Amino acid sequence: MSIFVYTENISGAYKKAALEAVSYAKTVADMSGTDVVAVSINPTDAADVLYKYGASKVVTLKSDALKSFNPKAYAEALATVVDGVVVFPHSTDASSVAPMLAVIKNASLLTNVVSAPVAVSPFEAKRKSFSGKAFMDAKAHGENVVVTVSQNSFGVKENPVSGSEEVKEVSVSAEGLTVVNQEKSSGKLDLKEAEVVVSAGRGMKGPENWGMIEELANVLGAATACSKPVSDIGWRSHSEHVGQTGKAIAPNLYIAVGISGAIQHLAGVNSSKTIVVINNDAEAPFFKSADYGVVGDAFQIIPALTEKIKALKGH
Amino acid sequence: MKILVCISSVPDTTSKINFTADKSAFDKNGIQWVINPYDEFALTKAVKLQESQGATVTIATVGDVATEAVMRKALAIGANDAIRVNAEPQDSITVAKELAKIVEEGGYDLVLCGKESIDYNGAAVPAMIAQLLNRPFVNACVGLEVNGAEATAVREIEGGKETLSVKLPAVIAGQKGMVEEKDLIIPNMRGIMSARTKPLTVKEPTETDVKVSAVSFDAVPARAQVKLVSADNLDELVRLLHEEAKVI
Repeated sequence: MSIFVYTENISGAYKKAALEAVSYAKTVADMSGTDVVAVSINPTDAADVLYKYGASKVVTLKSDALKSFNPKAYAEALATVVDGVVVFPHSTDASSVAPMLAVIKNASLLTNVVSAPVAVSPFEAKRKSFSGKAFMDAKAHGENVVVTVSQNSFGVKENPVSGSEEVKEVSVSAEGLTVVNQEKSSGKLDLKEAEVVVSAGRGMKGPENWGMIEELANVLGAATACSKPVSDIGWRSHSEHVGQTGKAIAPNLYIAVGISGAIQHLAGVNSSKTIVVINNDAEAPFFKSADYGVVGDAFQIIPALTEKIKALKGH
Repeated sequence: MKILVCISSVPDTTSKINFTADKSAFDKNGIQWVINPYDEFALTKAVKLQESQGATVTIATVGDVATEAVMRKALAIGANDAIRVNAEPQDSITVAKELAKIVEEGGYDLVLCGKESIDYNGAAVPAMIAQLLNRPFVNACVGLEVNGAEATAVREIEGGKETLSVKLPAVIAGQKGMVEEKDLIIPNMRGIMSARTKPLTVKEPTETDVKVSAVSFDAVPARAQVKLVSADNLDELVRLLHEEAKVI
C-alpha cells in the first residue's frame, strides 16, 4: 500500500511545509518498499512540484463543501482516499485535520515528528515533547498511522519521480461552520514558514523603535516576531508572539534583540537551528541558549548590522 | 448554557524536565503542577460566559488523584463543579474518548479547551472530541462570542484571522487572544475557600484501546557555549553567520 501525504496548500500554493511532508513520506515509502500518493484539496499550483519531491501520484479532491476550510469536511474527504500511513505537515490547519482523520481511521496519531522513523512496521519515530525540551520515541499500535511532521525539522529533499494526476469528486458535508470574513496582512512573510526571523522585546523601549527591527528583517528577507510582554502591552500584534503560549517556530536563523530569554520564550524558539542574541545585559539568560551573542546597545548594533548585511548581499 | 472546560495538569514551565532511570517515563518527583497555560484562556472565557450569560461551567480532567490540587485551582477561578477520570493519561485518543463520554452524558453545549498541552504537545484532544461527537470544531481560537445557539469565533490562519459563525453544540480550542493575558482570572481568597466544597466527582476510566506508547525519552542536547562577538566587530558576526552557520 502506498504512503499517503496530505499536501496542504495555502491559498492554492504548495509551501515548504507541504514539500517537507512529501519528502518525509518518500523516506517512509523507501523504507517500506512502496511509493507516495499525495492528496490535495483545491490547489492552484501544478502537481509537478510534488513529483519533484517524490510523489508518484497526486489525487486532487473536489467538492463544494471543501471550498472553505472545515477540518471535519477535509478529514472526511481524505478518508475516502487514504489508508495505512498518512503524513501531514504540522501546520495550523493540517494539524486540525490530522487528529480527526485518526479518529475516522482508528489510527495511531504521532504529532510533531522530527526525523525519519526508527521503524515502519510498527511505525516508530521521534517527536517533540515538553515544549521542545525532550524528544519522545513514540510507537504506533496497529497499521493505520497518522503522522504530522514538525516544520523545518526533517527538511525538504528532492527525489524526482515521474508522476500522474487524478481528480476525484467527493461528497462530504460541511455543516455547522460558516466563514463570515477573512483578514490577511498581504505580503507579510508568515512567521511559521520563515527561514529567518528577527525578534525583539522590551529592550526596544517602545513600539516607535521597531523601525530598525523591520529594516533588518527586510534586508534578511525575514519575518518579525516578538516576546510575550510586548504583545501583551500592545506594542506588537499577538500574531508575532513566539513562546510558550504564542507560536512555536523553528527557523534556520533566529535573531533576538532586547529579549532576556525567559524559559517561556525559549519554549517557542528552542528548535531554531541558529540563535543570535543581542542584549546590553551580559547576564541575560538568553546568552546561555544562544549560538552567537553580542553584548551591547541594540540601538547602535542593529543599524550597523543591517548595513553590513546589505553590503554582504551586494545592495 | 452548559460549558465543559477540559483541563490538563502539567509541570510548571520552569521545572527541570527529568526522566526515570530507564528513560521510559517522565519523573514526577519534585514537580510543581499547574493548569496547562493554554487551558487558562479557555477557563477564564468560560467563567466570563458564566458571569455574563448565567452559563454553568464544569471542568474535566483525565488524571490520578494528584491532579485534584490543580482541579481545585480551576474551581477557585470560578468553575461550578469538576469531574476527574481516574486514570493516568496514556495517549490523545483514550483521553479524548473519556472526555467525549462526559460531554455526551452531561449534554454540554460548548466544550472549551486549550489547543495544546505543554507537556506532551499532542495538540489533538480537542479535534478528536469534536470528531467523536460529530460537532463543528474551531482551532487556534483568538476570539469568541456566544449568542444563544450560535457562536462567533475568530481563529488564527496563515497571515491573518478568519471569523466564523459556529452552530452549537460545538468544540473550540483556544489560545491567548480568546482572553487577554491581563484578563486571566486569578483566584481570590473567596474563590479558594469555596473551591474546597464544590463538587468533584470521580469516574473510573473505560477506554483501554491505547494507540501510541512512549518507548523512551531523551533530553534535547544543550547548545555549545555561545560565541560572543564584540559590538565593535560586527563584521565577524556576519562572517560567522555566512561561513560557519551558513544561515545568511
